[in-house]
Amino acid sequence: MNRNGQAAAFYDLEGTLVSTNLVHTLAFYAKRQQGLWQTAKKSVGTIARLPFFGVADLYSRNVFNEVFFKSYEGFSHDRLRYFSDELFEEVLKPAVYAGTRDLIASGKKIGQRQVVITGALDFTIERLMDDLGIDDYRGNCMEFVNGYSTGRIIPPVMASATKAQWIREYAERENINLSDSYAYSDSISDLPMLSIVGHPVAVNPDFRLKQTALQHDWPILDLK
Amino acid sequence: MALQLRRKTHESIVYIDKDSAPRIMPFGEDFQLNDIPIGTRVIYPNPPIKGLPNREAAIRYAVNHPLDMDPLYALLEPGMKVSIAIDDISLPLPPMATPDMRQTMLEVVLDMCTANGIDDIHIIIANSLHRKMTAWEMKRMVGSKIFDEFYPDRYYNHDAEDDDGLVTLGHTRHNEPLRINRRCFESDLTIYCNINLVPMDGGHKSVAVGLCDYESLRAHHEPQTIRDSHSYMDPPKSELNHKVIRLGKLVDEQMKVFHIETALNNKMFSDGYDILTRNEDEFSFADRLKWEAMKRTFSKMPRVARRKMLHAIPAQYELIGCYAGSTEPVHEKILELNYRQYEIPVKGQCDIMITGIPDISPYNVYSALNPLLVQVMALGYHFNMFRNKPLLRKGGTLILTHPCFDEFDHNFHPSYIEFFHRLLPESRDAFFLREKYEREFASNPAYVEMYRRGNAYHGAHPFFMWYWGENGRQHVGQVIAAGAENAHVPEILGWERADNLTEAIAMARSKQGRNAEITMLHQPIIGLCNVSD
Repeated sequence: MNRNGQAAAFYDLEGTLVSTNLVHTLAFYAKRQQGLWQTAKKSVGTIARLPFFGVADLYSRNVFNEVFFKSYEGFSHDRLRYFSDELFEEVLKPAVYAGTRDLIASGKKIGQRQVVITGALDFTIERLMDDLGIDDYRGNCMEFVNGYSTGRIIPPVMASATKAQWIREYAERENINLSDSYAYSDSISDLPMLSIVGHPVAVNPDFRLKQTALQHDWPILDLK
Repeated sequence: MALQLRRKTHESIVYIDKDSAPRIMPFGEDFQLNDIPIGTRVIYPNPPIKGLPNREAAIRYAVNHPLDMDPLYALLEPGMKVSIAIDDISLPLPPMATPDMRQTMLEVVLDMCTANGIDDIHIIIANSLHRKMTAWEMKRMVGSKIFDEFYPDRYYNHDAEDDDGLVTLGHTRHNEPLRINRRCFESDLTIYCNINLVPMDGGHKSVAVGLCDYESLRAHHEPQTIRDSHSYMDPPKSELNHKVIRLGKLVDEQMKVFHIETALNNKMFSDGYDILTRNEDEFSFADRLKWEAMKRTFSKMPRVARRKMLHAIPAQYELIGCYAGSTEPVHEKILELNYRQYEIPVKGQCDIMITGIPDISPYNVYSALNPLLVQVMALGYHFNMFRNKPLLRKGGTLILTHPCFDEFDHNFHPSYIEFFHRLLPESRDAFFLREKYEREFASNPAYVEMYRRGNAYHGAHPFFMWYWGENGRQHVGQVIAAGAENAHVPEILGWERADNLTEAIAMARSKQGRNAEITMLHQPIIGLCNVSD
């Protein structure tokens, strides 16, 4: 590990910096399908699958990702890209937590590189990353064939341990000192990512992460 | 000291005889009954000065007859921008029975402002780097009428990390910077409503410290300044106070501040609990029953419940004086009252000082007294409650009674945990810690946001707590934690531990000699020992 490098702040996105989650994005796109029938079909399908998403997420974030991104199957690339600006303005920007911008500003003030690692699709968060002043980000990349989504994520899927692995590789590549770095997340599924930095922080944590944070004496932050 | 001289030298000083009763000592959230060695000098708080019968009238009189300034009503003009700053929850201790003194002061001042056509009024809590107060605490402090009218837009906590809300006043001739609350700076008049519980409070500290930022504070909250303060409860001999005065003059040059200071008596407990501050030799049968009832109740309760119960008992302080006007003359008058209430003439230093650590400190209101705060109470506050010379001889032994549990409040004291468990095992050298880690903690984004959005003490605050014990640490030769329930907390703090007070006294005597003079501060006490040869 590089002990002389720059420090960075690694953030999870959904639930940590913004109040939305992956389902909000999916619902947004489901409502903007070509034609009324498609829109209704996708919207109802999304609502019907919500319990499955919940159960899958409780079981494993990797299983959730597999189940969840299948819902994008058949979405056109053009449409997804076209509506990403609207997604930012209507869904993501209003969902930024009150304390998010100050937290990022505090990190920048002390020279930390600001990096977001998220399970969200990369093209959906481009504008948000610009708006928040994030230096680097890594989201999931959807596979497209002939301009249409296959519902599969190009590996590695960003979740749990893969986030930690990506951070390690990023730190190596970018000369980042992980001991001086911070990681912020709201979910116990990000425990690997929180565990590899010197300064893990639980943000708006779920019950299990809160208990873990209390046990390990990690700071618990409420950005809401 | 010969036995015949050990009789009443002062009403607050008692010597233990062979027929003396055991003494009640605080032990964190509990109390113990301890046998104290014969010949021990026990120092009790002075009896409370009788409170003024009508505190509202006293405050009104003070603002209408100020020192070195025009009366408040003459300073107020319609359309003015006025800020009213008040002390935070660290004063008084424990929080006093409602109505709080600040509520009464605010009622008088707001009434006057309204009568003079002033609408643009903000009430700002001068919490500096202390934790921000919760809405419930803020409401309790000013009463629901004022709270409902002003909270949250015009009644809020000072934010020492809000760059937009701060303005630089400049530097003193010693190059100490001062950045201060912008709203107060831009106001036509700032009115400070102070409660002066101990002599280190109030005066220029109110504005120049209570409303400043981290960079301003670190210029004087540092180890050398504390080492050079003998003690910080004796303003003329306190380097800390000298620095604060320099900053205060900078404030006076650029801001118009009308200071209202109040002095309280030391009536900490209501009648049910007053046995905790009284001479056990004079206990009546009813008093002994009270003690037994209290002891039995406490023994049945878990620590957290005892803490909750103790924190729910409000102090019964009464106003003994109020002055208003220009900061310095007002503070001088209030200090006279403080000394009249607290000062206890003590002849001769001691070799062994015993002090119980109660669950009362400026920094743990409604939370646990964590190890760092135990340290600050023992080596900071209790050691420094002197004038002239320390009660404890140089190189003497300080015995404290506290369980020293390794417990921290995650909401209020997050940075304390890292300081205690990561930094202190590396070094206890205050200068080293300041140099290497203070800024890192102060700029830690998580701590900054927990301070700003939550109710956490600022990231740098545990450092100040460590520095606060610096002159005590330099002076004391040995610290023994009697009754510490673990070995690692005393060890991290650089202390020895003993199972109980008897063992601690034996350990201290083996270092200080069999004839060592022992003095016990009968805690909880707000008393200032004026020590002479």
